[in-house]
Amino acid sequence: MDFATAITILIDGLVFSSYLFLVSVGLTIIFGVMKILNVAHGSFYAWGAYTSAYLIGIWSNSGLPDAGTFLMIAVAALLVGVVLGLFLERCLIQFMYGRDEVIIVLATFATFLILEDLILVVFGVDPYFAYQPMMVLGSTQIGGIMRDVYSLTLIGLAAVVGLILWVGLTKTKWGRLLTAVIHDREISVAMGIDVTKVFILTFVLGAVLGALGGAYVAPTVSVAPGFGIDVIVLSFAVVVIGGMGSIPGAIIGALIVGIARAIAVHKLPEVELFVVYGVMVAVLVFRPEGLFAPAKARKI
Amino acid sequence: MNGLSGADAMKRGLFMSFANTLRAAGVATAAVIAAGATLSSPAWAKDTLTVAIPAFLSGPAAGPFGVPARNGAEMVIDAINSGSLPAPYNTIGFAGATLEAEFVDESGGNTKQVAEYRNLVQKRNVDLVIGYVSSGSCAALAPVVEELQTLTIFAVCGTPRIFEEAPRRYSFRTMSHATADAVAAAHYIKDMFPEIKTYTGVNQNYAWGQDSWRDFELSMTQLMPDSKASENLQFPKIFAGQYGSEISALSLDPSELVHSSFWDGDLEGFIFQATPRGLFQQKKVIFTVGGTAAYRLGKRLPDGLIIGARGPYGILVRDRETELNTWFINTYKDRYGTYPSGPAYQYGQGVLAAKIAYDKAAAAAGGFPTQDQVIDAFTGMEFESFSTTVKMANGAGHQAITENVYGISKWNDETAEAGVTDVKFYPAECVMPPEGASSVEWIEGGMKGAKC
Repeated sequence: MDFATAITILIDGLVFSSYLFLVSVGLTIIFGVMKILNVAHGSFYAWGAYTSAYLIGIWSNSGLPDAGTFLMIAVAALLVGVVLGLFLERCLIQFMYGRDEVIIVLATFATFLILEDLILVVFGVDPYFAYQPMMVLGSTQIGGIMRDVYSLTLIGLAAVVGLILWVGLTKTKWGRLLTAVIHDREISVAMGIDVTKVFILTFVLGAVLGALGGAYVAPTVSVAPGFGIDVIVLSFAVVVIGGMGSIPGAIIGALIVGIARAIAVHKLPEVELFVVYGVMVAVLVFRPEGLFAPAKARKI
Repeated sequence: MNGLSGADAMKRGLFMSFANTLRAAGVATAAVIAAGATLSSPAWAKDTLTVAIPAFLSGPAAGPFGVPARNGAEMVIDAINSGSLPAPYNTIGFAGATLEAEFVDESGGNTKQVAEYRNLVQKRNVDLVIGYVSSGSCAALAPVVEELQTLTIFAVCGTPRIFEEAPRRYSFRTMSHATADAVAAAHYIKDMFPEIKTYTGVNQNYAWGQDSWRDFELSMTQLMPDSKASENLQFPKIFAGQYGSEISALSLDPSELVHSSFWDGDLEGFIFQATPRGLFQQKKVIFTVGGTAAYRLGKRLPDGLIIGARGPYGILVRDRETELNTWFINTYKDRYGTYPSGPAYQYGQGVLAAKIAYDKAAAAAGGFPTQDQVIDAFTGMEFESFSTTVKMANGAGHQAITENVYGISKWNDETAEAGVTDVKFYPAECVMPPEGASSVEWIEGGMKGAKC
């Protein structure tokens, strides 16, 4: 393998890993804290993408500078995450705490289907195009081929999100509260932690992260109905590989899948479809709990 | 006592005789009508026919394919019901019957489509079905159509297998299949870019993508034997959305030409992602279904792409000034605010074919035709459609052949519209295999009998 190809595979892998991390980290946070397997996470992604594309369109059509479209991406992620996340947590998820996992999966899957149909009602069936942010940043040459800078910024965004989450969890009071709830909800309640508040904040945070993934990806794709379906499958694969509820696991899972897929596309394209799930199966065979599943406190 | 005179009796006798004659004549007339009716066996006249029209109404294929397909069918049905199509199709209805359309979502996979088809035919009793975009849908449904014996017109789907794998009675396809797209693409490359020596492909990993690439590669081997296909072919899964790695691999590949049969949102997403990465400046790229993106992307469609529309439809025939095509374009633009793309034409063509078959069968039967009479009329039929001549020449008269066409995308600054240049048409008999021949064997055998 020559140097240019190696660099290309590395960058492709990092870009795809970053995308995977952004869309799956919210899912793993929600599961880690709340033990909610949220199939509706794909809807946060899809609604984030649609809202972002819609707002970018409005911004551009109003004649304002295209650089401002990045602001619309952030606004879309916050708007969808806070409004939709809060609404779902209060109207559905809070009734699921402590329920059987199958019930939770079915309830969130039903929610996912409803939200998918609502997209058709609100945004219609015509795809949305929001290419302006990608055009603003232009292209650059790396490893002998052209790269769009926007996709490269995905690596930076994922790194920033990962860093903020790490600092937040390990260096702040809120993070320590969260860690306590992750380890033992009952003891946390006994120690006076407002677990309901922690749950609400966690769910909204997960929703914002899911929406951010969609909002940021929107300028690179045709935002069309069914946008959230594949993402939820990929997110689950990443989270299972890394370990349910583990943020380092989400990072490592995304990196493994992203790099493996990039190698496959360049060197053995016929196995590209298989590689994501092949890695997942291999991990599950040897570590059924995933690579970085958080240690469980032993209850007496 | 009757009290009649001799003269009266005579008058009465004459009257009775006349009445009997009239009665006999009436009975005889009725018998003749009944006999005639029995001999030609027309069904009872119908005021309405119910047609199911499946198309992608949700999912990534809805915008580029399903919605224009639905619009094209709806517009042509309304025109036929009101008798406002241009001559010679300006008679009202389908053999006089008004068509009531039920639009059905094609999304959800093949299993769902088979169940939905059974529901349409067995529970909702539709009289005929016109539609289906996906090759997967058509391949799954073809045997079911024969089982349920309901006239079904496949309007778009591309796989050649439908009529090559088994004889069909109740299925028709009113446009050419994917082989024509691939053969015409290879002809276009040979005619316009004879210097090309290497080529690669990025196609979706299912029947349509695999078949399209296979036929293109085989055609290139025949038409440009000095050219060579890359070994590093890309087959991402359908609706993958992210093509960064594939675009990198294509960029690193030394091939001069990239073939792609991408359609739906995948096509538009790929174009968006490849444009800033310079792929379209670096290589010639041929999109066999690129016509569906032309109007939707507008100025964002890069100049210089080689685009087809799965036949003579959409942007590639916008300048064809026949009465039917002018009517189709103007009516569609007035009604939906945009030019009609390929799927609008293709669904409209399927509806038009049904009207022609019903009218033809009714004329032959002397009344409203039975389904069998419509099928017999349809088989082997040839007709002028909105933008081309359609010959039901293959598949024992059930598979259409039409000309095919490619051009090069070029934004028109003066009209601020997407356009095409260097448009070349290839006759139906040049790009489709002859009756009875399998597509692959025909191409591999050097396309014998092709009239180009």
